[in-house]
Amino acid sequence: MCLRFRRVVLFFPFIWTLVASAAPLRFCADPDNLPFSNRESRGFDNQIAVLVAHAVRREPVFVWTRNGRGFIREQFNRNTCDVLMSVPEQMRGVLTTAAYYHSAYVFVTRKREHLQIASFDDPRLNGRKIGLQALEDNLSPPSLALIRTGHAAQLVGMNSFGAHGGDIMRAVAEGRLGTAVVWGPLAGYFTKQNHLALTLTPVDPLVDVSGIPFSFSIAMAVHKRDERLRDELNEALAKLQPRISELIAAFNVPTLPMREPQ
Amino acid sequence: MQSVQNGGLRLVFIGILLAVASAGCRKKVQNVEQPASMGGQIHPYDGAIEKDDGQWVRATKDYANTRYSSLDEINTGNVANLKVSWTFNTGVPRGQEAAPIVVNNTMYVVAPWPNKLFALDLTKPGAPLKWSFDPNPSRAAKGEACCDWVNRGAVYADGKIIYNTLDGFTIALDAESGKLLWRTHLADISKGETITMAPMVVRDKVFVGNSGGEYGVRGWIAALGTKDGKLIWQAYSTGPDKDVLIGDKFKPFYSSDKGTDLGVKTWPPDAWRIGGGTVWGFLSYDASTNLIYYGTANPGPWNPEVRPGDNKWTSGVFARDADTGQAVWFYQMSSHDLYDWDGINENILLDLPWQGSKRKVLVRADRNGYIYVIDRTTGQVLSATLYVYSTTTTGVDLQTGALQRDLSKAPKTGQEIRNICPTAPGAKDWQPSSFSPRTGLLYIPHENMCADEEAEEANYIQGTPYVGVTDRFYAGPGGNEGELMAWDPVAGKKVWTVADKYPLWSGTLATAGDVVFYGTMDGWFRAANARTGQTLWQFKTGSGIIGQPVTYRGPDGKQYVAILSGIGGWPGAIVAGNLDTRDGNAAGGWGNALSDLKNVTTPGGTLYVFALP
Repeated sequence: MCLRFRRVVLFFPFIWTLVASAAPLRFCADPDNLPFSNRESRGFDNQIAVLVAHAVRREPVFVWTRNGRGFIREQFNRNTCDVLMSVPEQMRGVLTTAAYYHSAYVFVTRKREHLQIASFDDPRLNGRKIGLQALEDNLSPPSLALIRTGHAAQLVGMNSFGAHGGDIMRAVAEGRLGTAVVWGPLAGYFTKQNHLALTLTPVDPLVDVSGIPFSFSIAMAVHKRDERLRDELNEALAKLQPRISELIAAFNVPTLPMREPQ
Repeated sequence: MQSVQNGGLRLVFIGILLAVASAGCRKKVQNVEQPASMGGQIHPYDGAIEKDDGQWVRATKDYANTRYSSLDEINTGNVANLKVSWTFNTGVPRGQEAAPIVVNNTMYVVAPWPNKLFALDLTKPGAPLKWSFDPNPSRAAKGEACCDWVNRGAVYADGKIIYNTLDGFTIALDAESGKLLWRTHLADISKGETITMAPMVVRDKVFVGNSGGEYGVRGWIAALGTKDGKLIWQAYSTGPDKDVLIGDKFKPFYSSDKGTDLGVKTWPPDAWRIGGGTVWGFLSYDASTNLIYYGTANPGPWNPEVRPGDNKWTSGVFARDADTGQAVWFYQMSSHDLYDWDGINENILLDLPWQGSKRKVLVRADRNGYIYVIDRTTGQVLSATLYVYSTTTTGVDLQTGALQRDLSKAPKTGQEIRNICPTAPGAKDWQPSSFSPRTGLLYIPHENMCADEEAEEANYIQGTPYVGVTDRFYAGPGGNEGELMAWDPVAGKKVWTVADKYPLWSGTLATAGDVVFYGTMDGWFRAANARTGQTLWQFKTGSGIIGQPVTYRGPDGKQYVAILSGIGGWPGAIVAGNLDTRDGNAAGGWGNALSDLKNVTTPGGTLYVFALP
């Protein structure tokens, strides 16, 4: 009994080092939020996570979480995982990596109408129901420009997560909405996935006169003091960027040229 | 690199300075009694009060929501001798908002998520555990609940204990054995719905409403059969009349509430589908008219500019037939709410002398800063009196029922607005008041807070970037964030107040011993003289108090007082969730106001039961 116990003690530091060097890299990921991630790891962020983890010689592990309000404070900051995917570059409260894609909110119109609305000042917006993603207690940022241009009463907020991901796109295709302003990755993915005859036009200009941005450089995030991991990920991202861009393009995500880091 | 480190150090240094400064302030503002008559008067109540059996079978004590007990063994003369009799640990160090339920010599306590229910045997020394029930709720629910993982308690009826779980179930247990009798799934967490409220039973029906107003859900109240848990009726707070159960019986007092399908027409197209108006407060019931009364929460989305219109039927009070759910009247305290002013606060049913006659009224201290006295048979507002400092409104028009606003304080896109009083949690949040027929006074625990709304910043939800508004809360005039107030509902005036450094987030309990019990966020459980506000006794519990005090007669014939201690809830999440208070926006704006709360209390989850030696 005593002998066995001693052996365990002796071996413990050795085992611990082995495990530590091979500690898996934990990514917080939503179990049902395509095109970003799902439990079957089919989202582009799932696939990019695997690429990046292997590049830093760690095993990728997904921690399935829904990231509602307070997620950063209540889960990420309590070390639920090491890395967040698809967060806006320079977001407060976390340390962000270099951006790995740059997308924008897009106007969604029916192809056969040949509208290609791009501006919130476009008079053809008048009288149309305008769909927006409802994000918890907010509507997406284009709501602010639409209020400014007098379209508040036309706004229709729609849940666009999980099983409802494609609803807003279908609603435009089927004429239940006159148009919609949707975050690029979601709009691109569901247009392709559901073979919808829709035109996607990035919002123009990309920054509202009030200063509200409509395009975002999207990065990964690590814990505030995890500069080492951030640096490792940046190195991996730089190396993998061509493959990442290819992958994102395969999901039909409308992208803009990458901006220089600010 | 160097400069970043310096910045960090400076932050820490400033943090220390602030903590010292506020510790200095605390002496000044904490527990300052203002016993001098502030215009209101004590005049014994001559209306009827429900018969008291010495138990506590529902959170509100009686159907009228008085939270008054006729027990007087503990009174102003001896309360100073009150001692801890026994304690019980819920095992969950999160916000404890539940009222312990006492019936047939057993006490039932619901813990925060994962929502275990404990039955304690009051006949034995130390009240040992009789049984416990584990509902095994979904883990996902914690991520959906806006304001900590709270539960406001169970209800007893007809041999059953009935309560709700955060992941959206209503559960009935055999009160004696703890055996599961039925379980009904009502709220869908994948849509952001949760349940936190204490259900209420009238005869063979139990009433339950949903939470999740911050998550783009549509509010409802449902009636289930107590026998089998089957849904009998469900009434939504938005949408077409048939969904709201508005029919021939509906006779609102004000013209702004008259018309067809106002739950659709007072919104932009389809916005009512995610329009909020959840039902998470306490219900009242008047047996003489068979009406239930409850408030509806704020409309969504939070930004009012995207939902032009009155946004019916949010931030108002409904009177409904208890059997059919059909609406009888509705009154909207805050039409087109601008500040997240839920209308869920409790409605206390009283029969008050009013200009020479006796009126059946309901009295409510609303989030918008007004105490309303409303004729509960018609929905007519008899008076609406401001009880806090306000920069956002100028009064209530009794001809139209409309809240008069100062629109310079209305949130506008891209604009910073300062000195918004009261704040989002309002002049008073869910924490329930009590009423003593011996003094005719209401004992109202509430906040004294203002806020700045600041610039928007980038954030994200599940891969989609958005821009959020930052709220910072701080104390209103006087420097105290909370106040216990004794209120004369007839004169519409304060009688006395007790200031507290922190918002008062616990309920109050009034007894025939002329004692008012309440708790503070830094953990004091206090007994105040119901006539003067003077603190007669206090006990420091292990954590901050945001629960509901109750009292009962034990099997030994003695009077006991019970309270759960455990900081949490919307403001207390600062401590329970260990949030970073350097982020002034933490816990939806509370980070700034409660920056030192973490230094004065720690998470807990303990029931304290007191008695005279």
